[in-house]
Amino acid sequence: MNLRSLNVLGLALVAVIGVAFMVLTPRLVELDTMLDLTVYMIMAVLALSLALIWGYGGILCFGQSAFFGLGAYTYAIAMFNMGESTLPILLAVALPAGFAAVLGYFMFYGRISDVYLGVITLTVTLILFNSINSTAGPEFHIGSARLGGFNGIPGIPPLNFPGNKNAAIDLEGMFYLATASLLATYFGLRLLLASQFGRVIVGIRENERRAELLGYDPRAYKLATFTIGGALAGFAGCLFANWGNFVSPTIFGLAQSAQIIIWVIVGGRGTLIGPIIGCIGIQWLSAALGANQPSGGSDWWSKIFANAPLILGVILVAFVLLVPKGLVPTLADFAQSLLRALRRRAKRRFEPQQAE
Amino acid sequence: MAAPLLQTRDLSMHFGGVKAVRHVNFTLAEGELRCLIGPNGAGKSTFFKMLTGQLEPSHGQVLFRGHDISRAHAHQIARLGIGIKTQVPSVFDGLSVRENIWLAASRVHPRERARRLVDEMLERVGLTAAAGRLVGQLAHGQRQWVELGLVLSTDPELILLDEPAAGMTHDEVLRTAELVREINRTKALIVVEHDMQFIRMIAKRVTVFNQGSVLVEDAVENIMRNPLVRDIYLGKQAAA
Amino acid sequence: MDLVALLAIQVLYAVASLALISVGLAIIFGMMRVINLAHGEFLMLGGYAAIVATSHGISIWISMLIVAPIVVGLIGVIVERTIIRFLYGRMIDTMLATWGLSLFLVGLTTAIFGNTTVGISAPLGSFQIGAYRTSAYTLFVIAVAAVVLGVIFAVLRWTRLGLIARGTMQNANMAAALGVNPPLVYAVTFGIGAALSGLAGAVLAPVSGVFPTIGVAYVAKSFITVIGGGAAILSGTVSASVLFGTINQIATFATTPVFGEVALLAAAIVLIRLLPQGITGRFFRRGL
Repeated sequence: MNLRSLNVLGLALVAVIGVAFMVLTPRLVELDTMLDLTVYMIMAVLALSLALIWGYGGILCFGQSAFFGLGAYTYAIAMFNMGESTLPILLAVALPAGFAAVLGYFMFYGRISDVYLGVITLTVTLILFNSINSTAGPEFHIGSARLGGFNGIPGIPPLNFPGNKNAAIDLEGMFYLATASLLATYFGLRLLLASQFGRVIVGIRENERRAELLGYDPRAYKLATFTIGGALAGFAGCLFANWGNFVSPTIFGLAQSAQIIIWVIVGGRGTLIGPIIGCIGIQWLSAALGANQPSGGSDWWSKIFANAPLILGVILVAFVLLVPKGLVPTLADFAQSLLRALRRRAKRRFEPQQAE
Repeated sequence: MAAPLLQTRDLSMHFGGVKAVRHVNFTLAEGELRCLIGPNGAGKSTFFKMLTGQLEPSHGQVLFRGHDISRAHAHQIARLGIGIKTQVPSVFDGLSVRENIWLAASRVHPRERARRLVDEMLERVGLTAAAGRLVGQLAHGQRQWVELGLVLSTDPELILLDEPAAGMTHDEVLRTAELVREINRTKALIVVEHDMQFIRMIAKRVTVFNQGSVLVEDAVENIMRNPLVRDIYLGKQAAA
Repeated sequence: MDLVALLAIQVLYAVASLALISVGLAIIFGMMRVINLAHGEFLMLGGYAAIVATSHGISIWISMLIVAPIVVGLIGVIVERTIIRFLYGRMIDTMLATWGLSLFLVGLTTAIFGNTTVGISAPLGSFQIGAYRTSAYTLFVIAVAAVVLGVIFAVLRWTRLGLIARGTMQNANMAAALGVNPPLVYAVTFGIGAALSGLAGAVLAPVSGVFPTIGVAYVAKSFITVIGGGAAILSGTVSASVLFGTINQIATFATTPVFGEVALLAAAIVLIRLLPQGITGRFFRRGL
């Protein structure tokens, strides 16, 4: 079985599992579980956006939450002003993409190095957090949408079937949309990465200087990658605003940024399935452990294990030190060496009299 | 006299107080093969970096086919037709040999042609058997061949080779010399080397660099006998 | 006239506090090329150390100036030995691991102290400048900053320790060949950087109070100052603090504190764009 057919098999497997999951879940689980699964799907799209930018493009973006938040806020504000969702959805993708393009132009054409990229993107998301957090008064509004400051924007109307203002999406529909979006993003990215563009950005990640000396302009490719990633994150933000009907400035915060990076590291850079698994796994783990914000509650169990920053922090440090490649690549390597060991044993068994 | 392929005028490079390259006037004719020799620190690699756009000259010009490329970006210069094989192999370690060559070939040729050219190039550099292996896992000599394959695949008119025979076995050195002569049938080359035997196998004219400027430029036989050249090498190499 | 004096003191205070919170990071980044994203948490721990010490009856001055740096310095050495030393040369991985450490420390302090703000009132009371009253504590902070920077300068320039540190930073192998123990130097350097951060956090605790997530406010500003300052530890930190502190304070004065923060962050982005190597990449290059 060669590499190519293994690849096709893997894709087929993902497709089958994905579609089965999408169709069967609403019939088999409770409503609140379906709601949880919906947000996991949405966050997985966000994880994929960073997987593209960082895992494949090699661009360390500490502020992916900026595009996520911009997508959510843009949808909310546009929706309040327009009432029909087609344009708000488009804007929720276009505005973060545009922002990513401008920021990316500034960073890549300014020849800013890796490390500083991380700090700048972190700073940008913090600027957004600080700015929006302080817009609490009624004087801060865009059209008929109040920004709400640290209170956030509640009651965001859900999206509707294009053209029909009254055909608003329901909870089950939201689940289908989120899952379908994840599948579309996954396969879309696989296609992109298999194309010439995909190969070039991986080459640039491997050795930017050599790619340049072959005639590729790394700045343009990185800009394109960054913009696509920003658009994806914005789209995830739009879905998120629809899921919770609420958005607040914490979406721009460090905690959100950190989470996205942790998903990709835990899952594995250089893969797409890895970050999806990392994202869903960690989200599920956080929920299972109890709370998202430790309240200094009474017993030590809740203080330690319901303590998301503490657990996430330990996971991040442990993975960087012990499993730097992430779960999926490490498991794949392990599986490969296992296969090789088995094959060697099989060979030896059938050729016991090797002339020495 | 035909217009030169490459020309530098008063080319200089300063790093802070250090003058790495000083007022170099260098000319290369169409299809010529020139060797560049000189002790370590003489400025040869810096000179190459200015030719490929990796460094912007502090002063002076680089002209390629009459166009001033002194301030052009590296990828633009690569597209104009200058390729470089660097001193330390600069390849895509995390990709397979085939993928490496593909990235080079597909930049200049359409899909179908590129695919054929990749197979041909793998033959030419003797890496067909290793095509699927990750370049990072290959031996040093093989990585040099991969880089050579990369450079040749973009079909440049001028190829810069920075110590192509470094770290190679005697057989590999012979193969490399043969390949260089073969390449020279259609392309111009500037080769930086220390190995005098290798140079004698390929060169006609040699330019000697010392302390950032051109010491002497002459036919290879005369260079060997030139006392100035022997001095800067402390007599070891030239006497060999 | 009094307004000018008041503004001048505010600006000096902004510069001084920026320098204080950044100098520990500058030492760690400048000497070891380590990006410590848990830097804000070191500041936070300094604040808590001071407050806990004070609540146990220790004088506030000793808590701030002695207890806090020692406690956080020790924590720094432990962090270096258990995490950082496995990641030398891997800058991105260090960033990620220290980010994990930062999250862990936030979680830990929340578990221990809860997430409300604790504070101590600023000692020294206030004084008059013409028609305005301002806190005398700001003068203390300015003084501490000046003393700390002065001491660092003196140590780097004139002591054997400073020479060893600078030598190891330039060329660890050579330093080892001369009998210096690089791992020891790294541990001590990281510890000193942490201790200075603890000091800064403690000194600033009376001003803003301490809560587990206060590190967030510090980390961006200090990073920007260090990176904006460039390779030279002292001249970089000082020049960047002066630039950003002034911009921050003037913007705050003209508009709102939030916009002051935004102005600082925006100025940083512009600076990095214009001077990718930081200020001392272009100016004051021979400086310490």
